[in-house]
Amino acid sequence: MNPLQTIGRVFLNFLATTGRLVTFMALGLTHAVRPPFYPRIIVRQMIDIGYYSLPVVGLTALFAGMVLALQSYTGFSRFSAEGAIANVVVLSITRELGPVLAGLMVAGRIGASLAAEIGTMRVTEQIDALSTLSTNPMKYLVAPRLIAGITMFPLLVLVADVIGVFGGYLVAVYKLGFNPANYLQNTWNFLTPEDLNSGLVKAAVFGFIVSLMGCYHGYNSRGGAQGVGRATTNAVVSASILILCFDFILTVMFFTK
Amino acid sequence: MSDQPKIQLRGVCKSFGSKVVLDGIDLDVGVGESVVIIGGSGTGKSVMLKSILGLLTPDSGSIKIDGTEVTTLGSADREHITNAFGMLFQGAALFDSLPVWENVSFGLLAEKRCDRSHARDIAIDKLATVGMSADVADLMPAELSGGMQKRVGLARAIATDPDVIFFDEPTTGLDPIMADVINDLIVKVTREMGATALSITHDMASARKIANRIAMLHEGKIIWQGPVAEIDRSANAFVDQFIHGRADGPIQMAVRA
Repeated sequence: MNPLQTIGRVFLNFLATTGRLVTFMALGLTHAVRPPFYPRIIVRQMIDIGYYSLPVVGLTALFAGMVLALQSYTGFSRFSAEGAIANVVVLSITRELGPVLAGLMVAGRIGASLAAEIGTMRVTEQIDALSTLSTNPMKYLVAPRLIAGITMFPLLVLVADVIGVFGGYLVAVYKLGFNPANYLQNTWNFLTPEDLNSGLVKAAVFGFIVSLMGCYHGYNSRGGAQGVGRATTNAVVSASILILCFDFILTVMFFTK
Repeated sequence: MSDQPKIQLRGVCKSFGSKVVLDGIDLDVGVGESVVIIGGSGTGKSVMLKSILGLLTPDSGSIKIDGTEVTTLGSADREHITNAFGMLFQGAALFDSLPVWENVSFGLLAEKRCDRSHARDIAIDKLATVGMSADVADLMPAELSGGMQKRVGLARAIATDPDVIFFDEPTTGLDPIMADVINDLIVKVTREMGATALSITHDMASARKIANRIAMLHEGKIIWQGPVAEIDRSANAFVDQFIHGRADGPIQMAVRA
């Protein structure tokens, strides 16, 4: 086959997929802000995405904070800059590690679960059944999950920030022998609202990405169990890549003068 | 029966890529009539049904419900027409996450016709209509056998007292006795409600029992239609082969191709 033909086909497929995704996103957002709403489903999704993700996000943040304190100490002690550990931990956790690690962990947990659930509904005709029962599937299935993703991720990241900083505190105080009061004072003094806010905005964007990818790949899955499996993989992979990509874009937007 | 058909298809065509699935379908279904579409697997029966339901958009042709052209309707007007439809899916397509009674009353709750307590009472009534006790109301669909799921699907299809009920392979995957129970229920509920019924099946025993009129679909075209009593003397080689389930005949060529 002509290589130019292959490149052309791949490019056209990419454009078509992007178009379908943007249309799906616009439709999902339109339904998310237009009544009727499904409060019971929104609350159920919030509990699923937010509350049930707490253990995995909390543990990830705790160990990330602990490792960060330990590694910073190894590096900084060479320059007698151990005092900056508290600053590095709080800055790294709130700006980057909190939202990104929580995003990646929840992309695995929730992105896969959304794609599998909606994908199974697609291949078992439950989505068609919704349409025949006076219910718009985009409004009933997609909109509540987008709302839950956008609102619950910042709360999860807020918890991750606190737990991550606490992890750093544990290592600094109980392993490295820092003064607890000084460590907390340094953390508090160095933290600015901008650090926290940028992390929370990132979290909302990542929540949207994870929900959107889970819903999009599930909604468009085809071909039985194999199709659902493929949708699940695609949801997690695409959400993870987009999280890292948008993390860079948002970091440039927030912190490049 | 009034002169205007409840459902009228004229020249309906639908292709997927280069594969022509519907190739100019003409069909009338009168008010209160029960029409069964027969045909082998992959002949376009489900695509035709989904085109009437609005789940697929035909490439060309006209579909009228009560004289209203539905292929060009906006989603709101389309929803208004769909509200008068009930549908029994091949695999029942019950919502896994909802108990039986919420599945049955889903359409009522979606259209906000009543509160949840009244909807549950109606659901129990409809379950009784299909021979199921109130005990199953709180079970989850996964706890039911295939036959019971079909009956719950039937209860859901009739819960909103629709004018038109569609049956997609209502007896597929059931043992002969349960298939006959479902056939009897279909005849009973359509007669009691005076509803128009359009079914697709390749089960001839089912077709003979529930149909007033049978149409045969082959390679995207209606090749024969007539009263159920005349199907045995159709003088159509395709129909004869199909209703007698013979391996030899004109359809075999298409299968081998």
